[in-house]
Amino acid sequence: MSTVSSPASTAGPWQAEALDALLARRGRDPHALVQILREAQAMHGWLPRDMQAAIADALGLTLAHVEGVASFYRFFHDRPVGRYRVLFSDNITDRMLGNEALLLDLCRRLGVQRGEVRADDRVSIDFASCTGLCDQGPALLVNHHHVVTRLDAARVAQIAALIESRVPVDEWPADWFAIVDNVQRADVLLGTPLQPGAAIAAALERGADSMLDEMKQSNLRGRGGAGFATGQKWSLCRAAPGAEHYVVCNADEGEPGTFKDRVLLASHADPVFEGMTVAALVVGARRGLVYLRGEYRYLLEHLEAVLQRRREQHLLGASIQGRAGFDFDIEIHVGAGAYVCGEESSLIESLEGKRGTPRIRPPFPVEHGYLGQPTTVNNVETYCAATHIALNGGVWWAGIGTPRSTGTKIHSVSGDCERPGIYEYPFGTSITRILEDCGARDTQAVQVGGPSGVCISAFEFGRRIAFEDVPTAGAFMVFDRSRDMFEVARNFAHFFAHESCGFCTPCRVGTALVAKRMDKLAAGHGSRHDVEVLFELDKLMHTATHCGLGGAACNPLRDTIAKFRPAYEQRLKSLHFEPAFDLDAELSIARAMTHRDDPASHLETER
Amino acid sequence: MSTSTATPDASFTLDGEDVPFRPGETILQAAQRAGHYVPHLCWHPEFHPHGSCRVCTVKVNGRAGAACTVQAAAGLAVESSTDELNAHRKTLLQMLFVEGNHFCPSCEKSGNCLLQATAYEAGMEGPHFEEFYPDRPVDASHPDILLDFDRCILCELCVRASADVDGRNIFAIAGHGIDTHLVVNSPSGKLGDTDMTLADRAASICPVGVILPKRRGFAVPIGERRYDVKTVAEPGNQEAS
Repeated sequence: MSTVSSPASTAGPWQAEALDALLARRGRDPHALVQILREAQAMHGWLPRDMQAAIADALGLTLAHVEGVASFYRFFHDRPVGRYRVLFSDNITDRMLGNEALLLDLCRRLGVQRGEVRADDRVSIDFASCTGLCDQGPALLVNHHHVVTRLDAARVAQIAALIESRVPVDEWPADWFAIVDNVQRADVLLGTPLQPGAAIAAALERGADSMLDEMKQSNLRGRGGAGFATGQKWSLCRAAPGAEHYVVCNADEGEPGTFKDRVLLASHADPVFEGMTVAALVVGARRGLVYLRGEYRYLLEHLEAVLQRRREQHLLGASIQGRAGFDFDIEIHVGAGAYVCGEESSLIESLEGKRGTPRIRPPFPVEHGYLGQPTTVNNVETYCAATHIALNGGVWWAGIGTPRSTGTKIHSVSGDCERPGIYEYPFGTSITRILEDCGARDTQAVQVGGPSGVCISAFEFGRRIAFEDVPTAGAFMVFDRSRDMFEVARNFAHFFAHESCGFCTPCRVGTALVAKRMDKLAAGHGSRHDVEVLFELDKLMHTATHCGLGGAACNPLRDTIAKFRPAYEQRLKSLHFEPAFDLDAELSIARAMTHRDDPASHLETER
Repeated sequence: MSTSTATPDASFTLDGEDVPFRPGETILQAAQRAGHYVPHLCWHPEFHPHGSCRVCTVKVNGRAGAACTVQAAAGLAVESSTDELNAHRKTLLQMLFVEGNHFCPSCEKSGNCLLQATAYEAGMEGPHFEEFYPDRPVDASHPDILLDFDRCILCELCVRASADVDGRNIFAIAGHGIDTHLVVNSPSGKLGDTDMTLADRAASICPVGVILPKRRGFAVPIGERRYDVKTVAEPGNQEAS
C-alpha cells in the first residue's frame, strides 16, 4: 500500500478513478466504510459531500448514513482543511510541557487562527486528544499520519518555515519522527525474549481445551481496565454458537496518558499477534482483527510487515505450523479518532463501518459481537500475556503478583518525574515504589488509569496497584506541588466533552455542562452553587449513562473536589453570593454583531 | 440473564408491587402492560428499545439500568419512583430542554408533547442549567412536512420508523458529542428532496415537535389537548405518537 505523506490536495475535484480503485480493493464492502473513508481522505485531504455520495452509492448505503459515520470520527473532515493539517496533542502532560504556547506560536508564525483554515488552504492547526507520546511530548500529528515529538520553540519555528516553503512532510528531518520506547523497567513481558511460534507450538501441544484450562488457572484479568477474567471470556466465546468466531485486539489506546500498547506494538508485535493466534485456537476463530487507533497510523506499515513475515513463517494463514484445519489470519483496521471506540461494543460497531456508539448489552460480544458472531475482544497487553502463559503455564503466571491480580502490569509513566517511560511491575507494587523509581520529587498527586481512573493524593501513596486496591489501565501521570489540580480536572473535563459519542442524554449534555462549569470557575465567575451542581452532575452520570465513558467522565472532578478542595474554593467569586450570569459574556453576541471589542464595549468585571 | 425458565406467572417487584411478565419482555414493557408508569421518551411500544434518553433509568437489585433495555426476570427488585431516581429524571429532562430550543407557548406540539408532559409530571419548574441556544435552522423545503430541529431530543424514533416501517431510511444521526444532530437523506440534505409523505409512519412518530404537518395549526385548542385532559402518568396516555 502506498502512503500519502505529501500534502494532499484540498481543492479541486476528487479523482473518481482513484476512488473506484479503492472501492474495488475494499470489495465494495459496506462494513469497510470507516477504512474506505480513511483512505479516501488520505487521497483527497477531506471528504466532499459528492464523494460521500459516490461512496454511499457504491456500497449500497444511504448518503445520510455515510454522512453520519464521516461526521462521527474526529479525524474525518466534511469540509476543507489545510494541506498541512497540524494537530497538537492536548493531554494534561502536553499542557505541562507548554503545548499551548507552542500552538499559539505556530499559529502566529503561519498567520492562522486555531481551528481555521488559512486563506490559501495551506495549513490548519488545532488541538487533538492525547496522541500517546506523553513521555516525549509535547507532540503533534501532521496529516493524521506523521508524529513530531519533543517540540520546542526552535522546532516550531522550523516547522513553520517548512510549511511556508511547501516541503512535503516526509522530507522533514527524519529525527523529528523518532519515537523511542523508553523502557525503564522490564519484567516478564518486556524482558523475556521469545522465539516467534514457540507459544503457538506449546498451545498446539496442549490442545485447545487444556490451553483454556491454563488461561483459567493463570487468573489473567483483562488489561484494558475492566479486569474481566480472560479465560472466562474465551470460554464463553468458545461455547457460544455461531457460524464464525472472531478474535479482536483492542489497540485503540485512547485513555490519555497511556502509551504502553504503542511500545508493545512497536517492539513486541510478535507476542501480541501470537497471543491472538492462541486465542483463535481456543475459541475456534479463523479471522482476527486489530483495531489500531488512528493516532498510531504510523505503525501500520511495520505491523503489516510483521504479519507478512509471520505468514511466511507459517504462523498465520492456512494450516498454521502444519496443523491441518488450524487456519487463522489477522487484518488491521485503523481508527479515526474516537476515544469511545476503546469500549468493546463501540469498537465492534466501528469495525463494522458504523458510528462508534456503544451497543445495548447484553447480549455481550462473546455471544453477539462482530457481524453478530461470537467475538472475544482483548487488550494488546492481554494477548501479550497470553503468549507467555501458553509458554510457561497458568500456574507460573498466577505465582506472580497478588492472588486476585496475577502477573505483571505495564505502566505508562509521564508528568513530573526525571525518567518518564515504560515500567513493568508485578501487581501489588506500591505507588511510592513507582514514584521513587521514576525519579518523582515533591509529588502532590498521581492520576492512575487516566482521566477515567483515580486521582491519588500524597497520603495514599502507600496504596498498591491491583484490581483490589488501585486498578489501572496503564496510565500513571505524576503531578508535583507546583501543579494546579483544578486545571488538571478542567483539562480532563474538556477531554470527555470532546470525546462523548453523543448517544445518551446524561453524557452528551452532562459532559458539556461540566466543561462549561469548569471554565466558569476558571474565569473567576463561579460560586459554591456551581460546585454543588458539579456534584449533582457527577451523581447523575455515574447512575444513568449508557456506557462507562459517561460514567467515568466525572471521576477526576469528584476526586479533585474531595482531595484538593482549596484549588476550587480559591476560584469562587464568593463562597455565598451566586452571580446569576456573566453580564459581560452576555454582551459578546452584541459585540460580534457590531464588530466591536474596544474597552467601552465591555462591562467592568471584578477580576 | 436467561428468561427461558420464566412462566406466565413469573413476576418481579416494581417499587414493592408485583409485576407479572412474559418471557422476553423488558422491565418497561411489563410495567407498561400492568398499567404502571415508568417515565420514558425514546421508548415506543412499536419499536426496538434504544436506551438513549435514560429517563426510564431504574435500579434493578440496586444496580442502575434503563428499564427499556433490561430484561425482566423472576424475583428482581426494581426501584423506579424513588426520590433519587426522580431527581435524576428531572435533571435529564432539564438537560434535554437546555440543549435544544424549546419555546412551549408558541409550539404547535404543546399539550401533545411527550417531553413537555413528562417534565410537568416530574415537577420540573425551570431549566436549572444555562441554555445552549444552538443554531438549528428550520427545514421547510417539503410541501407537506415541516422540520423544526430546535426541538429534537435525538430519540431516533423517526430514524427507526423510516427504516423499519416505511423502508425509506429518510433520517439518520450525524455529528458527535453535543453537536450530535438529525440529518435527512438527500443530496441537498433537505426533506423536500426526499420521497417522504404524510402517510409515512415517520411523519407521525415524533414525540416532540420536530416533524409537523404543514397547514394544520392549533386544530385542537390548547387546554383541550392530550396531556391537558389527562396526565402522562395515566395508563394508556403515554405515547403521544
